Amino acid sequence: MKAAHRLDAIFAALADPTRRAIIARLASGQASVNELAQPFAMSQPAISKHLKVLERAGLISRGREAQRRPRRLEAKRLGEADEWLERYRRLWEGNYQRLDALLDRLKTQEKERKPQ
Amino acid sequence: MTHGQLKITPSGDRDLVMTRTFEAPRRLVYDAHTKPELVRQWLLGPPGWSMPVCDMDVRVGGKYRWVWRKETDGSEMGMGGVYREVKAPERLVNTERFDDAWYPGEALNTLVLVEKGGQTTLTQTMRYESRAAREAVIKSPMESGVAASYDRLDEVLAATSGAAR
Repeated sequence: MKAAHRLDAIFAALADPTRRAIIARLASGQASVNELAQPFAMSQPAISKHLKVLERAGLISRGREAQRRPRRLEAKRLGEADEWLERYRRLWEGNYQRLDALLDRLKTQEKERKPQ
Repeated sequence: MTHGQLKITPSGDRDLVMTRTFEAPRRLVYDAHTKPELVRQWLLGPPGWSMPVCDMDVRVGGKYRWVWRKETDGSEMGMGGVYREVKAPERLVNTERFDDAWYPGEALNTLVLVEKGGQTTLTQTMRYESRAAREAVIKSPMESGVAASYDRLDEVLAATSGAAR
């Protein structure tokens, strides 16, 4: 998959609240499909569908233990998506820090106009 | 200085949602988004850019036009759109299209301001035409727009030098 499509797959995978919850669960350690299904009151096939989406996006992988095939988080892939967002965030944070300063000036001006 | 941490999250198929808290009443935050003399003081993008054009007719159906210039080399990028909803001081909806768009179609921006205890929480939702468009924006918020401007400049220069020959 091309890098551009991969990022898109990651965002699509993360757009769903159940899948985000699965990621959050796997962040604290690997888990089997059964263990993952438990907190969601969902059938195992339904959970498996979500796991497939996460797997295709490269966000999780299967462990080697023959019986359990535990899923684990691919933190590096998650980091890729974060990296792009972080650059975008920095650009806007720069704008908003200037806005902070502007708002401070506006508040001061208002106070001076209306002395209490 | 205390200020809320900016959060940006993809939402659904084609939205980006930014949230941030400001230490000011929302009346002022709204002003800073709707008065051109205030907007051009902060909405500047990367360091070294200024905003020579900031025309805004803030009413439903009114247009806005923004142009930024990189001071070191004079390259410019412009964008504009139409206001769809104007509800001071809490909600502003406008379309957005860059002159040299590096993502397909138009975006729709919705600004919502909520005030609580003297603080204002801003939520800006940017809805793109497609997932691919959103991705293009995240991957290159501004640099691609500038690169597109350069491409256009190249075309103009090529056409001009051809005509001079």
